[in-house]
Amino acid sequence: MTLQTSSVVTLHINGEKHTLPVDHRTTLLDALRERLDLTGTKKGCDQGQCGACTVLVDGRRTVACLQLAVATEGREVTTIEGVADGDRLHPVQQAFLDLDGYQCGYCTPGQICSAIGMLAEHAAGWPSAASGDVRPAAGPTPLTADEIRERMSGNLCRCSAYTSIVEAVERAAETADSIKAGAPVESGAAA
Amino acid sequence: MKEFDYRRAPDVMGAVTLLDNDPDARYLAGGTNLVDLMKSGVERPARLVDVRELPLDRIEPSPDGGLHVGATVSNSDLAAHPEVRSRYPMLAQAVLAGASGQLRNMATVGGNLLQRTRCAYFTDTTKPCNKRDPGSGCPALSGEHHNHAILGASESCVAVHPSDMAVALTALDAVVHYETAHGQGEVRLDQLYLPVADTPHRETALPAGALITGISLPPVSVAAHSRYRKVRERASYAFAIGSVAAALDVRDGVVRDARLAFGAVASRPWRARTAERALIGAPATAETFAASAEAELAAARPLPHNGYKVTLMHNLTVAVLSELTEAVAR
Amino acid sequence: MTTTVQKAAVRAVGTGHVRVEGRDKVTGAARYAGDIPFTELAYGWLVLSTVARGRIRDIASAPVLEMPGVLAVLDHRNAPRLKTDFVGMMGTRPDPTCAVFQGDTVPHLGWPVALVVAETPEQAREAAEALAVEYETLPHDIEFTGDHPDSRPADGRMPGVTDKGDLQAELTASAVVVDEEYTTPEEHHHPMEPHAATARWEDGRLEVVDSNQGTSWVVSELANLFSLDPASVRVRSEHVGGGFGSKGVRAHQVAAVMAATVLHRPVRVALTRPQMFALAGHRSPTIQRIRLGAYADGRLRALDHRSVSRTATVYEFVEASAGVARVMYDADAHHTENRVVRLDVPSPTFMRGPGEAPGSFALESALDELAEKCGIDPIELRLRNEPGRGPVSGLPFASRNLRACFEEGARRFGWAERDPRPGVRREGRWLLGTGTAAASFPAGAAPSTAAITAEPDGRFTVRISAADIGTGARTALTLVAADALDVPPEQVTVLIGDSEFGFAMIAGGSMGTRSWSMAVIAAARDLRERLVPGMAIPPEGITVRSDTTAQIAALARMERHSYGAQFAEVAVDPATGEVRVRRMLGMFAAGRIVNPLTARSQFTGGMIWGISMALHEEAVRDPAFGGPVGADLAGYHVATHADVPRIEADWVDDTDPDDPVGIKGIGEVGIVGAAAAIANAVWHATGIRHRRLPIRPDRVLTAAGTDA
Repeated sequence: MTLQTSSVVTLHINGEKHTLPVDHRTTLLDALRERLDLTGTKKGCDQGQCGACTVLVDGRRTVACLQLAVATEGREVTTIEGVADGDRLHPVQQAFLDLDGYQCGYCTPGQICSAIGMLAEHAAGWPSAASGDVRPAAGPTPLTADEIRERMSGNLCRCSAYTSIVEAVERAAETADSIKAGAPVESGAAA
Repeated sequence: MKEFDYRRAPDVMGAVTLLDNDPDARYLAGGTNLVDLMKSGVERPARLVDVRELPLDRIEPSPDGGLHVGATVSNSDLAAHPEVRSRYPMLAQAVLAGASGQLRNMATVGGNLLQRTRCAYFTDTTKPCNKRDPGSGCPALSGEHHNHAILGASESCVAVHPSDMAVALTALDAVVHYETAHGQGEVRLDQLYLPVADTPHRETALPAGALITGISLPPVSVAAHSRYRKVRERASYAFAIGSVAAALDVRDGVVRDARLAFGAVASRPWRARTAERALIGAPATAETFAASAEAELAAARPLPHNGYKVTLMHNLTVAVLSELTEAVAR
Repeated sequence: MTTTVQKAAVRAVGTGHVRVEGRDKVTGAARYAGDIPFTELAYGWLVLSTVARGRIRDIASAPVLEMPGVLAVLDHRNAPRLKTDFVGMMGTRPDPTCAVFQGDTVPHLGWPVALVVAETPEQAREAAEALAVEYETLPHDIEFTGDHPDSRPADGRMPGVTDKGDLQAELTASAVVVDEEYTTPEEHHHPMEPHAATARWEDGRLEVVDSNQGTSWVVSELANLFSLDPASVRVRSEHVGGGFGSKGVRAHQVAAVMAATVLHRPVRVALTRPQMFALAGHRSPTIQRIRLGAYADGRLRALDHRSVSRTATVYEFVEASAGVARVMYDADAHHTENRVVRLDVPSPTFMRGPGEAPGSFALESALDELAEKCGIDPIELRLRNEPGRGPVSGLPFASRNLRACFEEGARRFGWAERDPRPGVRREGRWLLGTGTAAASFPAGAAPSTAAITAEPDGRFTVRISAADIGTGARTALTLVAADALDVPPEQVTVLIGDSEFGFAMIAGGSMGTRSWSMAVIAAARDLRERLVPGMAIPPEGITVRSDTTAQIAALARMERHSYGAQFAEVAVDPATGEVRVRRMLGMFAAGRIVNPLTARSQFTGGMIWGISMALHEEAVRDPAFGGPVGADLAGYHVATHADVPRIEADWVDDTDPDDPVGIKGIGEVGIVGAAAAIANAVWHATGIRHRRLPIRPDRVLTAAGTDA
């Protein structure tokens, strides 16, 4: 069987289609950064161990460093460049700005995309490791600071702006449309 | 990372046909472990067969009254599923204790079972490792091994299995379904992972080219009262140094049924059958729980720097069983 | 256009302002070093040694050069020669690890042996993996012990040894003695942005787009190494994704310049996360012995602080952990000593709170042990030992408001209600405890230059080659300039991170904002003198430059430091060894706080580094191989969200009327003492003292088995 090591793919990013040839080795992260000039998504470890490259794929937060570009064809990708509504910042972005939810800013796009995805997950009723009783009968889990911390733990911040990131997410969560702006998350797999 | 061919499998038969007789091909699902290992050079496949989009993404009731979980169901969806949460809470908790929100969204149930050890000697291709390079030796034995195995290991390999989910599945007697180009098969989870012996590179009982298509969760009534607790070196987003999946049925102060499995102590999720035998029929007391843990851990063979795991697993077992008992009493 | 009088309604310094580049950072528009596109960009990938000591026998370049897209393989046989016999701007010789490909000797694991350059990153990575390097292996030694026969006192940034009084006599005469050993592990900076640099030649000038803590510094080092006129080298570093001491001149910039020189096209070299363990510098492990002798009332008669750290065979860096004792406490007999031992490991370097962070863990733990032995409250013990003058220098303190930090901190933390007995508070499975510790860090300043232009449109542009590595320096300097010019901050644009703006201090040593502010204020003062109301501003504006060299030299010699009091509450599960920090409070006396919003972030960030240091961080080297085991962010844990409770940081008034700016550094004092406060709280929770960091679950369980 012949081996084909590159393909022409069409990536859907922030509502736009981009058709380009990619080496199969190219991750979604490198495709965004090196091929499409969408450098808002950051490379912190390239190993799925820091969360700096978090984007939304079909509305779900995903680390772009472990997602092959070729495997992303047909899926809808939202990056930090695509979360604002024109000049109007997404409520999560605005809260990070107002409450100093960052220092160097390098993990920030990943934190923000992660927070947007996380708020949608919580709104869909997903439990977390901080939730204690996970049984549906226990009722929905309130989005406490501890819940936010657990759910955001896949995003490292070495400057350690954690305190204000959590405050920013709390504030954004109070804004109803920050949840609406996150893409839909179904509650569980098809039953 | 070397260049590779990429195919998106049209269906299960197409997928298994593409891998048949091709030792250099790998299935790609969530990619959270495989792509990482390709970057570090541990895996160097010539072809990836993408199975992420196969129609194996459903969680459905099975005829025996249990649940069937498709292999490409994401870890997130498994943990969020109402039936899983109500009937098998320790499974939902185990999944939620693993990795991060992002990785759980990407990772699949099938891939989670087949993830490779996180032993740092295994993932560093400049070091010897019997699992990666049979016969090259095991530097962990005399090196850094504070998070290595205390049960079921050998002189060849002391690495631990990294999955949380599989620990709960082992306690539940889950059955793994697979397909090859030559037919279908199934294997109970506690038979899926092979003993280490002197062949740590042979990790599972799956035939070559097999694709996991799903998992059956039997109707285990005791599982409705279950817990998973994980201890790690930071509060989240870290692999376990010890974990316990436990289900307990206590009536009139007596243990009627129990399920117990340990994580991060062996090359596979460790079903604690000796402890289960000691529990069932005994009074639900701290003394019983301690005795059951001691019975299971009598087989522990700690290394110079991981003896604490014996204490940890003992204490964690007693703590989780006590919590389950107290929750009944309330 | 003519000047107008638009005075600022309120002072900008002292009120909270969001970061001026904040919008760019939350939208992804801020471009870091690896984000800036170049046409014809080629990608370099470093190849590091896989042996801990030896000699390169052969590098099989030929087959790699045949691989798709590969443009060059640089190694010691074909790389441009470098000049290394110079003393750089920071007063040190270049680290040989950065002066890449100059010989066949391999002095540690992870030593750069080659650079592979290719058209795409995928091609470069594969070619680098495929490059076969043959070594002659020599025996190596990385075993770091407190009594290593080769350890010797070393000066570094301060004298290696200070000594006064008769230590042994005072110890013998003391009513209470503490004599313990404390150890801290090898720690790594790991800024979220890995080091990255793109080099290119254009019109006979070298340009490097980089991520660093000081463009002036990188220019001077590169110019020296490549024997270039500094005026022909430009380094830009607009946004920096964290540094913490690791972002000076490193192997990647030098390799990128070499490759750009050879290939005549732009070349980017980024470190991978695992490569950072060898090439980004690290904090040496320390083994510290502290002996305290005290009167029954806790006043110190004897203080002995000896620290051994580890350095490379090719480069000396001293982790001066005993230095903190020279500032914090006096005693009739006072001895401090920093020793180093050279081993076959990569070069250590400055890391947030260098010296003070590990040193305060030992000293402030020992103070807590002394308080326990004397039966005195730990805060009271420290207040009884407040020195009137520098214990070693004899110099007066510029301002030392440690007492106020403790008093206000104790009030807010609820310290008065604390039961001093250890191991008596339980909440479910958790034992609870609280702890405290003192903090200090020097408040230095170094010469810098700045330029301010009065623009024809009434705005002002400040140019200074400062670096904002997440400190908020760009915003702080905007506020400082606004007040100095007496205009609202909205009228000021501060441009930083470009060596074209002239020489300036690096972002390091908690000296950046203090040093740069002096230069900005000096330029603003001169500019205001030049601007006569009603005068015409030419189209190119009116620019004045400042240079603070003379001003800095004229500063009175004093003990200038920031101070702080750290408070922590922890929960310990004695069954599993898990330790959780429940709350922390830091009260600081750190001069004039320029921007309270970002200052709070820096203080809490430092305190969280203390959590991370106390509970998580440790790079373990395997003696057989000489390298770290698990060299990635899954193997080297830093604190994540779930480890961090709500943390409060605040400050007391700390004015120094004799100081030209009154600003002290705040980047490092937040980590100092934080790990000790947590370790002291763990003792208070459990009754077991942890003298070895990090306090991992296995250590808690093991200590409970032996001690309890």
